[in-house]
Amino acid sequence: MPDGSLKLRGRVRAVLGDNIDTDMIYPGRYLNITDREKTAEHLFELAYPELRASLEAGDIIVAGRNFGCGSSREQAAAALKFAGVGAVIAGSFARIFFRNAINLGLPAVVAPQASLACVAGDELELDLVAGEIRNVTEGRVVEAAALDPRAVELIAAGGLIPYLKRKYAA
Amino acid sequence: MTLAEKILARASGRERVAPDQIVVARVDLALSHENADLVRKSFLEIGLARVWDPSKIVIVFDHRIPAESEKTATTHKAVREFVAAQGIEHFYDVGRGGICHQVLPENGHVRPGMVLVGTDSHTTTHGAFGAFATGIGATEMAGVWAEGALWFKVPSTLRIEVEGEFRPWVSAKDLILYIIGRLGADGADYRAVEFDGPAIRRMTVASRMVLANLAMEMGAKVAFTPVDEILLDYLRPRVPEKLEMIAPDADACYERVIRVDAGEDILEPQIACPHAVDHVQPLSALGEVPVEQAVLGSCTNGRLEDLEVAAYIVTGRAVHPRTRLVVIPASQQIYREAMRLGYLETLVAAGAIVDPPGCGPCVGVHQGILAAGETCVSSTNRNFLGRMGSKDSLVYLASPAVVAASAIAGKLAHPGSIVKEGFPCLTEV
Repeated sequence: MPDGSLKLRGRVRAVLGDNIDTDMIYPGRYLNITDREKTAEHLFELAYPELRASLEAGDIIVAGRNFGCGSSREQAAAALKFAGVGAVIAGSFARIFFRNAINLGLPAVVAPQASLACVAGDELELDLVAGEIRNVTEGRVVEAAALDPRAVELIAAGGLIPYLKRKYAA
Repeated sequence: MTLAEKILARASGRERVAPDQIVVARVDLALSHENADLVRKSFLEIGLARVWDPSKIVIVFDHRIPAESEKTATTHKAVREFVAAQGIEHFYDVGRGGICHQVLPENGHVRPGMVLVGTDSHTTTHGAFGAFATGIGATEMAGVWAEGALWFKVPSTLRIEVEGEFRPWVSAKDLILYIIGRLGADGADYRAVEFDGPAIRRMTVASRMVLANLAMEMGAKVAFTPVDEILLDYLRPRVPEKLEMIAPDADACYERVIRVDAGEDILEPQIACPHAVDHVQPLSALGEVPVEQAVLGSCTNGRLEDLEVAAYIVTGRAVHPRTRLVVIPASQQIYREAMRLGYLETLVAAGAIVDPPGCGPCVGVHQGILAAGETCVSSTNRNFLGRMGSKDSLVYLASPAVVAASAIAGKLAHPGSIVKEGFPCLTEV
């Protein structure tokens, strides 16, 4: 999936619970890694090592409420993105994680019922602008919130840095 | 308007703002710690030569000090070079500062009404000084370094009014753990919190910081305690700028008002059990929990009053043979004060080890990492899976008094079981 795409298709790799915190996503001991690509090696290292090993490019992670609670560490969003995760869909996101994801160009979609309406292996189609999730495997639509226009602009640009780069180059 | 609305209205040049409105606010202060290296890389990618205002950026090394590895030493060095090249005026290197959330107020960087963003989630701590203070990620901070402004969705506000008298050995930490247990880990998500009421207005500034700090663990974007004379007494000798009294309007509109009676609702010390900050239980409900480590420190509870109460409890006693007591003063200033007052002498005599002022083992990097099967009682702010070491270790969050008492008992313990008399000045001025 190319960066900046606002329509995505991918397979649900895992359906996780509520309050998946940033230490579960990316342990604090690796915070001195500041090459974003390298963060992917430690994704879910303590909590779900088998999930990290099974990820394929474009996979979708589905979770319950308050995904990404805890630390402001951007490595949590970076590790997901560079491990190939195409989008995270959650009942709700902790605010700093949500902003980090969008700023890095990782689609983060709020869908309150998603963790009930999907199982691992389902094929999903996402329209980020319309706020639509189609569960292709099950043949049904999952209600989702449309991304804020500001967030759409950042995702389309590939993240905040490419967005600002373009702004100041102009 | 609420405090959050007032500050955002002014920072965005508007008469009024209302919840859910998106505003672009000017930033008065931008804080980073070691992750300034990530910010630096993103900033350089943007392609700008200079940061927007080198007098408004503060960088404090606290997460890994002194450098625990060559990798960290290299990032420290890169940040030092960037600081010098950009002329960043406020940089607290190893041995000059301590934990960023203590260093900022101590050195007069924070004042009521300002907009403060930090690349650390516990930046909410500065709401205890009347600042709209919140955590952001490193890339977003690179944008702030470039532009000196940031967009915010105006949060709705929860007001938490606390009255009543604290019972013996119940502190600000117990109050906020109790509230988090009641509201849940996302109970204040995306919201501003205003703590107020007579029990809050009697609190020391250090205790108010505990509330604003831990409000993050229920998702708060910002959390305020009142701007009053007690606060201004703290700020006046430190802050050169004129200080203003800010308060919410009498007709401010709140999403919800929550009332707590500190004496009636909180009967005893509260403990956050593994692996979530909202798994809160009263101490007496937990039974026998042996601890191999006790940690006293962090941006939550590493201040002078925390070391004082711990020293009081361990005076003339010895840390239990099965337990290691790790003490971390929150800053160099607190370290020196605690030495001068004899608190460190007392703690070390009891068998404590003192880590340098910084985050210590709280982030799971160094200075007190847990092995599989070990249990720790800690005055810090997170007990997530693997937070302080092995994924098979357990962290219980508690007040400094409970940490000290547990270190002596070798298991979770009520301070009253160690010391017969209550501590005279817990949380109150």
